[in-house]
Amino acid sequence: MEPKNTPLYQEHVKLKALIAPFAGWNMPIHYGSILEDAKHTRSMVSIFDISHMGEFIIKEDPARSSLDRIISTPVIKMKNRRCKYGFLLNEEGEIIDDLITYRIADNEWMLVVNAANELTDFEAISRQISPEASFENISSSIVKIDVQGPRSLDVMKRIAGEGVKQLTYYGFQHFDFMGGSYIVSRTGYTGELGFEIYIDFVKGEELWKALLQHPDVKPAGLGARDILRLEMGLPLCGNEFTKDTTPVDAGMDRFLDMDKEFTGKRALLDRQKRGVSRRLIGFAVEGRRTPRHENRIVSGGGTVGFVTSGVFSPHVNRGIGMGYIDAALGAEGTTITIDSGKDVIHATVVPLPFLKNTSIKYTEV
Amino acid sequence: MDITVLDGYYYTKEHEWARIEGTTATVGITDYAQQKLGDITYVDPPAIGNELKQFEFLTGIESVKAASDIYSPISGKIAAYNSALDENPELVNKSCYTDGWIVQVEISDPSEIKNLMDAAAYRSYAAGLE
Repeated sequence: MEPKNTPLYQEHVKLKALIAPFAGWNMPIHYGSILEDAKHTRSMVSIFDISHMGEFIIKEDPARSSLDRIISTPVIKMKNRRCKYGFLLNEEGEIIDDLITYRIADNEWMLVVNAANELTDFEAISRQISPEASFENISSSIVKIDVQGPRSLDVMKRIAGEGVKQLTYYGFQHFDFMGGSYIVSRTGYTGELGFEIYIDFVKGEELWKALLQHPDVKPAGLGARDILRLEMGLPLCGNEFTKDTTPVDAGMDRFLDMDKEFTGKRALLDRQKRGVSRRLIGFAVEGRRTPRHENRIVSGGGTVGFVTSGVFSPHVNRGIGMGYIDAALGAEGTTITIDSGKDVIHATVVPLPFLKNTSIKYTEV
Repeated sequence: MDITVLDGYYYTKEHEWARIEGTTATVGITDYAQQKLGDITYVDPPAIGNELKQFEFLTGIESVKAASDIYSPISGKIAAYNSALDENPELVNKSCYTDGWIVQVEISDPSEIKNLMDAAAYRSYAAGLE
């Protein structure tokens, strides 16, 4: 199937982006240099076209919520105008997708899901959702732009007004701009102060251009996004989470509301009781080499794990990565050996995130 | 893709260049190669004194996208390595034909130069790859 274009595709072409297929979409990978894009995000502000991601709207009576029994998130306990990270699992407790739930009103939620899983997720939820609920895939009518970086608050004030400074981390509100009322959340995937904007797709180009008017703003692509999220130790579905991964294997127990029922919970309880045989770790290379996705982690002539993500970090000036390793071998400070396919790369297991003291929790109120 | 090709240099199909001065060849990768690879993050320092055959493996180079091999445009002994690349491998992106040179080779068989492309030949070769 031909990859789809986001409504901002022509803007990326005009900005001379390197465009490549990702998850069924032609997406900007960088606008000249992945490393420069990433550095600009941590020092100034970058905007990312994230319109490939999916958005679903669910409306139902919270007293008889079926969504609450489908995903791991505390759907009916969470407050209005708050976001929460969680999982959509199968009966075996394996990850179908990770997602962010926005509680828009007492009886209304928005789910933001990964592009590659949009249709699978929609089917999995459709099968389980109450017939009394309204469940709609609004992905094709939304342009999503992430505004990320230490100067992003100033940029957002000019777009949405002074009120954006009231947003707390993982909070959201509707703001009036560009002739409509649109969701802006204080969220992101970079570890910096940042916002995500969900706007009517017909207004997407106008918003993108308005954001670029600000002297501190540059566009950044998915290459930088991958470095930025990995520097923060944030997992990526498809890399850290694959079909046979449960949130317990990945050490994501804190995103499971075990006080309620949800699909896959029974299998997860069993997994927690038995204990996990592998764990998800972060590692830093002694030097500038980059371990790559699917490189093996070896010890004593055998395979003891594999790399799920690896990048060169321009902020710690080393190769960094994440991977699964036999639970007994993953203690912090342990030296590990990675088989690059041609030779070996040495690295040390380190605590996540790789970067601390970013602008993520900044507030001026 | 707009690429720079310098006159007076020799080129390989694998997108290395050689600048020949007397019996020394300074070697690097071309503008085409650095654009395709993207940001260079690491160049593996080869051992000085290593004997190389023409078109055989010289050293490894890593970019944000992938790890790749560099091949020697000419037979000879590695006489020097550009150690500025240890801390600043992005020199290969910023100035691939000058400050971003990788090694100098003491040429053992000058007749091999005929196996390389000149600038005009490489220009049309690279244009044909698009």
